[in-house]
Amino acid sequence: MQYLIDQFADTIQAAGSADEPLIIRSGGTKDFYGSRVVPLALADPLPSGGGILDATAYAGIVDYEPTELVVTARAGTRLSDLETELARHGQMLAFEPPHFGAGATLGGCVATGLSGPRRASAGAVRDFVLGVRMLDGRGEDLRFGGQVMKNVAGYDVSRLMTGSMGTLGLLLEVSLKVLPLPAMELTLCLPMNETEAIEKMNFWAGKPLPVSAICFCDGVLFLRLSGAAPAVRAARAIMGGEEIDDGAVFWETVREQTHPLFQTRKPLWRLSIKSTTPPLSLPGNQLIEWGGALRWLVMDSADADTEAVHSAIRSAAKAAGGHATLFRSDGSCAPVFHPLTPAMMNITRRLKEKFDPMRILNPGRIYPEI
Amino acid sequence: MNALELVSRLRTFLPSDAVLHEIEDLRPYECDGLSAYRQMPLIVALPRTENEVIEILEVCYVAKIPVVARGAGTGLSGGALPHAEGVLLSLAKLKQILELDPVARTARVQPGVRNLAISEAAAAHGLYYAPDPSSQIACSIGGNVAENSGGVHCLKYGLTVHNIIKLRVITIDGEILEIGADGLDAPGYDLLALMTGSEGMLGVVTEVTVKLTPKPEKAQVVLAAFNDLRSAGDAVANVIGAGIIPAGMEMMDKITTRAVEEYVHAGYNLDAAAILLCEADGTAEEVAEEIRHINEIMARSGAIEIRTSRDEAERLKFWAGRKAAFPAAGRISPDYYCMDGTIPRKSLANVLSGIEALSVEYGLRCMNVFHAGDGNLHPLILYDANQPGELELTEKFGARILQMCIQAGGTITGEHGVGMEKIDQMCSQFKIGELKMFHAVKAAFDPDGLLNPGKAVPTLRRCAEHGAMHVHRGEEKFPGLPRF
Repeated sequence: MQYLIDQFADTIQAAGSADEPLIIRSGGTKDFYGSRVVPLALADPLPSGGGILDATAYAGIVDYEPTELVVTARAGTRLSDLETELARHGQMLAFEPPHFGAGATLGGCVATGLSGPRRASAGAVRDFVLGVRMLDGRGEDLRFGGQVMKNVAGYDVSRLMTGSMGTLGLLLEVSLKVLPLPAMELTLCLPMNETEAIEKMNFWAGKPLPVSAICFCDGVLFLRLSGAAPAVRAARAIMGGEEIDDGAVFWETVREQTHPLFQTRKPLWRLSIKSTTPPLSLPGNQLIEWGGALRWLVMDSADADTEAVHSAIRSAAKAAGGHATLFRSDGSCAPVFHPLTPAMMNITRRLKEKFDPMRILNPGRIYPEI
Repeated sequence: MNALELVSRLRTFLPSDAVLHEIEDLRPYECDGLSAYRQMPLIVALPRTENEVIEILEVCYVAKIPVVARGAGTGLSGGALPHAEGVLLSLAKLKQILELDPVARTARVQPGVRNLAISEAAAAHGLYYAPDPSSQIACSIGGNVAENSGGVHCLKYGLTVHNIIKLRVITIDGEILEIGADGLDAPGYDLLALMTGSEGMLGVVTEVTVKLTPKPEKAQVVLAAFNDLRSAGDAVANVIGAGIIPAGMEMMDKITTRAVEEYVHAGYNLDAAAILLCEADGTAEEVAEEIRHINEIMARSGAIEIRTSRDEAERLKFWAGRKAAFPAAGRISPDYYCMDGTIPRKSLANVLSGIEALSVEYGLRCMNVFHAGDGNLHPLILYDANQPGELELTEKFGARILQMCIQAGGTITGEHGVGMEKIDQMCSQFKIGELKMFHAVKAAFDPDGLLNPGKAVPTLRRCAEHGAMHVHRGEEKFPGLPRF
């Protein structure tokens, strides 16, 4: 499959010579995320000019040994194929990544750095990335990290790549730590108000209980227990509530945003904040995840898409020790990601220059400066 | 600026006892935990506040004076080895726990706070700081961030990078970077990960916010002895393959068990080729089930003796030997040299027999302790620095071991860092393009190369001279492209 890598490198270099941007894209399931660089109709010209580098073809699992707890796969590998193969060996991607569509690939998952319901207990994508093979903005084939759990040789470029939205390089291969599937899993629901829910989430997270996901919406707290059967049963007895039948389905609706709360075309904000933050008084409906550290906010109406509202949301997130992202919106003019301090932007810009000196890879997808 | 000018310049804002320059005052700083490498710094500065750190860095930045940051000085790769013409910036006086939030389960601390002090402060709330490097009673959290330190529990609980959420970092030009957030992620590039394990090359950490973990209700350990290393290695794979993530899984070879047994009397089987410690933690129910399962697997994997700790005292006794491995090496040999390779676990038996062969070839004994859960191998080469040539021989032996780790698909350093010690092996592990990228990352933070110069990433010239540079297919891939 080296010919594919050579082709990708040629494409990157040609774009560099022509000084034209290149949009890295595979399944296209996360086109909505970040500043819009892909046109709604693919046949239309790109807002930024230039072309699309379709990375889907470089797919397949390169190496997987279940007893090493490590899998290495090509970035174009479908996330569903990868998860199926892991499940065959009783293992999983513990960060429970959202797919947002059947075409989701490993590359897109790592590039966007999005994690699902298990994130608060198990860790994020970046916590499981052990190594990458990538092409930088010059088309140079580079490897960082490796296939072992502990590795401090060189700077941690693999984790820097995670969530960098393709602005630093094209991911070719990724090595990930994987974990065993829990022996038992069940979901409880407990009716309560939002203030109580936030208190409960933080209280339980401070106890050695096998809570693997927690979510609050519309006056009900949902809580997933995962682990050895006796531990799950013992925790269930402590925590009370009713067990729901279709727990797996419920968490999928939260992860994939098919839950009714998300079924809207109104702007959707993602506030990542300190878990103990009391209920936020912002206009719209909220769904709380990650033990209180993630608050999804669906605006009441599209009319709320004003600068005053955006700035109120950003201030609330900042005051709560975090940041706000305009996760989905149809045609909002607001910047997607929370602004960086000048000192942080300075370093960010300089890193971009080092990885992609011609500034051709996904320019503007995160910030206009990079 | 010469040393005396620098001293008087720093003393305009630092008390005189916070700037050291007399030879006898500098002496304690001439090495870190890797005492084979020694170098006196030009001066030592001991700031008490973040503002003083900023002022010191500003002076050095303007005068282009190198700065080497140092925590507790327990590092094992010479990462805090001073620079002859530079300031050794000790962060030891920044040792306040600034905030401990038991509900949010976080602690905001200064870099000089000892690793164990965080867990001690959190204990009243049933919480602790999970990464537990063996030097945890002495090592500082700032140093842990610089090295991305692990510990015996990191397969289950992660390394430093998994257990910190926020950093305050001062860049060489005195800018404050607030990296990370009080939530679980932050906007923009993951500079938190990039800073972790960057060995003081990118900035000086002045505050660390760590995650605290609830203390497990119970922990219990299984001690299993094996007749040969291969079955011990298989036992490790079988445990993982059965879907168990042990809280800790450690292996020791025969020479190690004998050395420690004499010292701690843990009751190890002295005839076994390897002993394995496998710990389960969690709720009482969880532990009972896991321990039963581990016992079955050990028996099935050919263990010649299996014991399960009956109480907390016995659990600590079983662990005492493992924890005493380094001091025990010090007891049976005048000097020892600790290596830190990581390998895929499946190659353990091959790598260990390779080490045995090298031990014969070099005529030096080697004890092997192994973080079996995560593949991190610590061969301790025993030598006598007073015997002419023995240190050099030891270093050669060590370099060969690291070469084997690379060949097995592993890495030259799992948790101790590259520092000064493994800088030449970096040339074997990485290609030119990758090393160039590391230099570029460094330059993005520190264009003049003033922070910890000469460590962690070798110059391309050094690699060329070292002769281990991997030039791919005999040429650089895109010779026409601009290089930095």
